Amino acid sequence: MQEGLNAWQLIAGADPTLFAIVQLSLMISLSAVAIAAVVGLPLGALLALTRFPGRNLVIVVLNAFMGLPPVVVGLAVYLLLSRSGPLGQFGILFTPLAMVIAQAILILPIIAALSRQTIEDLWLEYRDELTAMDVGPAGRVTTLLWDARLSLLTALLAGFGRAAAEVGAVMIVGGNIDGFTRTMTTTIALETSKGNLPLALGLGLVLIALVLAINAAAWTVRVWSERQAG
Amino acid sequence: MRAPVNDLPVLFERVSLRAGGMTILDRIDAIIEPGAPTLVVGPNGAGKSSFLRLCMGLSAPSEGRITWGGRPDAKPTRRAFVFQRPVMLRRTAAGNVAYSLKQAGVPREQRAERIARLLAQVGLSELAARPARRLSGGEQQRLALARALARDPDLLLLDEPTASLDPAATRSVEEIVRAAASSGIKVVMASHDLGQVRRLAGTVMFLVRGTLREHEAADAFLNTPSTPEAAAFVRGDLVV
Repeated sequence: MQEGLNAWQLIAGADPTLFAIVQLSLMISLSAVAIAAVVGLPLGALLALTRFPGRNLVIVVLNAFMGLPPVVVGLAVYLLLSRSGPLGQFGILFTPLAMVIAQAILILPIIAALSRQTIEDLWLEYRDELTAMDVGPAGRVTTLLWDARLSLLTALLAGFGRAAAEVGAVMIVGGNIDGFTRTMTTTIALETSKGNLPLALGLGLVLIALVLAINAAAWTVRVWSERQAG
Repeated sequence: MRAPVNDLPVLFERVSLRAGGMTILDRIDAIIEPGAPTLVVGPNGAGKSSFLRLCMGLSAPSEGRITWGGRPDAKPTRRAFVFQRPVMLRRTAAGNVAYSLKQAGVPREQRAERIARLLAQVGLSELAARPARRLSGGEQQRLALARALARDPDLLLLDEPTASLDPAATRSVEEIVRAAASSGIKVVMASHDLGQVRRLAGTVMFLVRGTLREHEAADAFLNTPSTPEAAAFVRGDLVV
């Protein structure tokens, strides 16, 4: 009970440590979503609209990778970025940039696989009409991306939810350095094991509130645009 | 007004269409010329839809040759197609027409005026801002017609556009089709409704199991059908 009260005081009192951690977590996960979207949405569209040998294999692998274990991604990125690794000379291990890279890799399959499915379903529906209207390849992609924007937003949110909630990848490549690479999830893990329950609980509440707020916003956008465009 | 290049006549020379070992259309010879609407009639599975898709260029024949205004592989810029169940884009009614105008290359500054005119033409002016997917079946079919007419076609292909509509909605679709035909657009429309043939047809193409049994003026088809199947169809018997 006492921990709950203290946790609330940290949030309500805008505790600077707590808010610095929240801010860093958001920056990292949103950057990861942005990068994964820039790569994943066109990749999904490409997979949806093209046929090539090995396409089914790519789709199966992509779908399977939606469930990549974060610690394994963390380990792989760690090996790439460590001093002796192929990208070691850039010295970005244990920085926020490394954490963004790890999370972007983690959620890229989610965004690519969900957008592939969405765009392919819409393409099956639109194919005859767009062909009859003589729409070229570039026009098809932009039409499908635009008309599927609501479902694609959901794919981005799924990616964000996964990035914001994971602990394994950022823990390994970020190192959980106080004031530098400490996110909400890694702090909760650390502070709980240290017995500092108020901070852990406070961050847990903020994390849940953030996820709720983002999903509520997405829901509002969805309802509003459905009213606009069906 | 209209560009000198024209997609008419559409000429079918011994055109066959096969898929998966089945013959869908068998050695069709036909010419579609300007004039009153041509109704393509016959039982389900006779090949009506496939014939229209070939006319549009949506599929290619397995054998034989199709030319539009004497040109093979003519791009479908002066043709338009209305599907039996048209797919509404996830936009407003006006947005759907705007999309079609844009694809047809109509400059942006002319679109608003054309949208208003086209929606008025199909009686949907009041519903311009409504999401297209919220419209009723009849309204969607009329919007599909507006979208097709936005392409300013020489040839308008309609695949049983009234098959799932009630009489009132059917009448308004037929009125739009009739108006389009009298403005000089060649209408080719699949139907299995004998009443519709009487109301609209200038000529009739009668298909049975992928072969073209009759192609003649509607009067002749209705009054003196020359094949037993056509006679049965006109009598209202079941033709399979």
